[in-house]
Amino acid sequence: MLEIRNLHARIAEDGTEIIRGLNLTVNDGEVAAIMGPNGSGKSTLSYILAGREEYEVTEGDILYNGESILELDPAERATKGIFLAFQYPVEIPGVATMQFLKVAMNEQRKARGEDELSTPDFMRRVKEAAAGLQISPEMLRRPLNVGFSGGEKKRAEILQMALLEPKLCVLDETDSGLDIDALKIVADGVNALRSPDRSVVVITHYQRLLDYIVPDTVHVLYKGQVIKSGDKTLAHELEANGYADIIEAAA
Amino acid sequence: MNMQAGIKLTAAEAALVDTYNEQLGDLPGDGATLLARDTLLSDLKKAGLPTRRIEAWHYTDLKALLRAVPAFVLGADAGRVDPIVPGSAVLSVVNGKAHARVMQEGITVRSYGEALLDGSAAGDLVARDSDDVIGRINGSFVRDGLSIDFEDGLVVESPVEIQSVQNCGQVNTRFPVRFGAGSKATVIERHLAVGKEAALVTSVTDVTLADGAEVTWIIFQSEGEADTHLAQFKAELGANARLRLYVINAGGKLVRQEIDVAVTGEGSDLTLRGINLLGGESHTDVTFNVGHDVAHTTSTEVIRNVVFDRARGVFQGQIRVAQDAQKTDAKMSCNTLLLSDDAEFSAKPELEIFADDVQCGHGATVIDIDHTQLFYLMARGVPENKARAMLVNAFVAEIVEELEDETLVEALEGVISDWLETHA
Repeated sequence: MLEIRNLHARIAEDGTEIIRGLNLTVNDGEVAAIMGPNGSGKSTLSYILAGREEYEVTEGDILYNGESILELDPAERATKGIFLAFQYPVEIPGVATMQFLKVAMNEQRKARGEDELSTPDFMRRVKEAAAGLQISPEMLRRPLNVGFSGGEKKRAEILQMALLEPKLCVLDETDSGLDIDALKIVADGVNALRSPDRSVVVITHYQRLLDYIVPDTVHVLYKGQVIKSGDKTLAHELEANGYADIIEAAA
Repeated sequence: MNMQAGIKLTAAEAALVDTYNEQLGDLPGDGATLLARDTLLSDLKKAGLPTRRIEAWHYTDLKALLRAVPAFVLGADAGRVDPIVPGSAVLSVVNGKAHARVMQEGITVRSYGEALLDGSAAGDLVARDSDDVIGRINGSFVRDGLSIDFEDGLVVESPVEIQSVQNCGQVNTRFPVRFGAGSKATVIERHLAVGKEAALVTSVTDVTLADGAEVTWIIFQSEGEADTHLAQFKAELGANARLRLYVINAGGKLVRQEIDVAVTGEGSDLTLRGINLLGGESHTDVTFNVGHDVAHTTSTEVIRNVVFDRARGVFQGQIRVAQDAQKTDAKMSCNTLLLSDDAEFSAKPELEIFADDVQCGHGATVIDIDHTQLFYLMARGVPENKARAMLVNAFVAEIVEELEDETLVEALEGVISDWLETHA
């Protein structure tokens, strides 16, 4: 599904290197957790996967189903099935949530040569997906993410993910700012989407989320590199001992 | 001082004088009307069109910008179009010829041409002051229009659309409208072109809100790419009256819309929302003046501008608060989205406050598309051009949504997104 090879990337504006020779492979159907201390490059990695212009890849490659995606803009990547659930979903006053969902779904369908959804079909899909995530019709009537609480924003991200049916889901600190009830709703939403042909990259600072979204593999990111990989027990190890031991061992 | 005899007229000034002399025989009016017209025209001839040295016209040098005056075409028929809001009661004005008709009970409509003919409108034909060039041109040439009266206590459910459609020539109209005490209504004043030939349009609307009247008035201007549109909207607000005024400019080559509101009744409120959708090589000027003359009145003004290509826009906004107008609350803002390197917008907010216990403020911003918002939309698969259009739309849709009436919001959002689709 995803293969990152010796990736180097920097902030385009000031040239600060954030990703320094990162290697990572995520197989079809795999749930990979990426953990690491603050400033290790976790969020940057998620933005680079989604194609944000503010970052510049200087070396290496990102292969998605065997093809480089570096030349694709964010919309083209999304259409190919890459989805980023934002750590801080963006508020857009003046764009109605429902209108946005419809445009996004239909633009992706159009780009893939599929027919646009009829309004009743669209409404039915949204209603079904929203119910599972405890998203009220009232919330869907508001402008996109405007006036949503932290938990509502995260649930709205998972709603979009469910509706767009991506192949590679990147969750950037989806647990931040969530209480335990909201965390369970979000985790259930993600688990419902697990399938043999869909991979998930869970970026998180804490092990807590991984109790609910149980990963197949865990990777520790430090100073823009993966310094250790393992199975879910690695996350427990980190929770118990912190990052210091692993960082020291890798140094 | 600059009015000595023999001053050289520009081509447009000379054309205005010539066309007046040609039309003199069939401009409607009695002796008093004719005298009023003569005075306006000779003042216009003496002063000439205003240049940037006249402060009120500083950003719109009419003498330089108005290059020619298209010939008057008698009896041109531009036809009619569907109203913006389905189900509106339409009052049709075709190439300046108004069609007064019987409306629902409580609304009286009279032809303004008749009022000119019988001399009862002669008193209207005066200039506001020496800068009032729109009043002078319009008063010299006005042929028709509609006088509308909404009786006291009348509540009108569907909008009334005054539809002024033209396809060429000269169109000069007036619309005096009275809203009786406690009446409620929505009026759409629409000016549009259906042809490509140049036109010179002037229009003066004079609105009175009696005590407690609640009015939503929407001016929607979509003249053609070659057209000059010079318009005035004047309003006087009685006690506890509420005027919600939306001004949407989405056309024309040279546009000046003046708005003068006198807040003369205690407890009254003015809400002005302006949307300027500017493209091509057009020049659009919205000049607004509100006078708070009595205590306990409020006004808010929000202007949103979207400027593409080599278009230029101007907003001059003045809030005056008289000495007795204590407890006035007035706020004005002007936000501009500049979408090309050659696009231009000038904003000139002014506060003139003589009372000491008031809350007044103004602000102006110029912005570009927000990159984080653009990235977010694209990350969901929305292609860049479509994502940009959505964000531009959102910038203006925000103030349309304040209208709350769903049919009205939908209709206005429709015309705005149509414009953006053809210009963005």
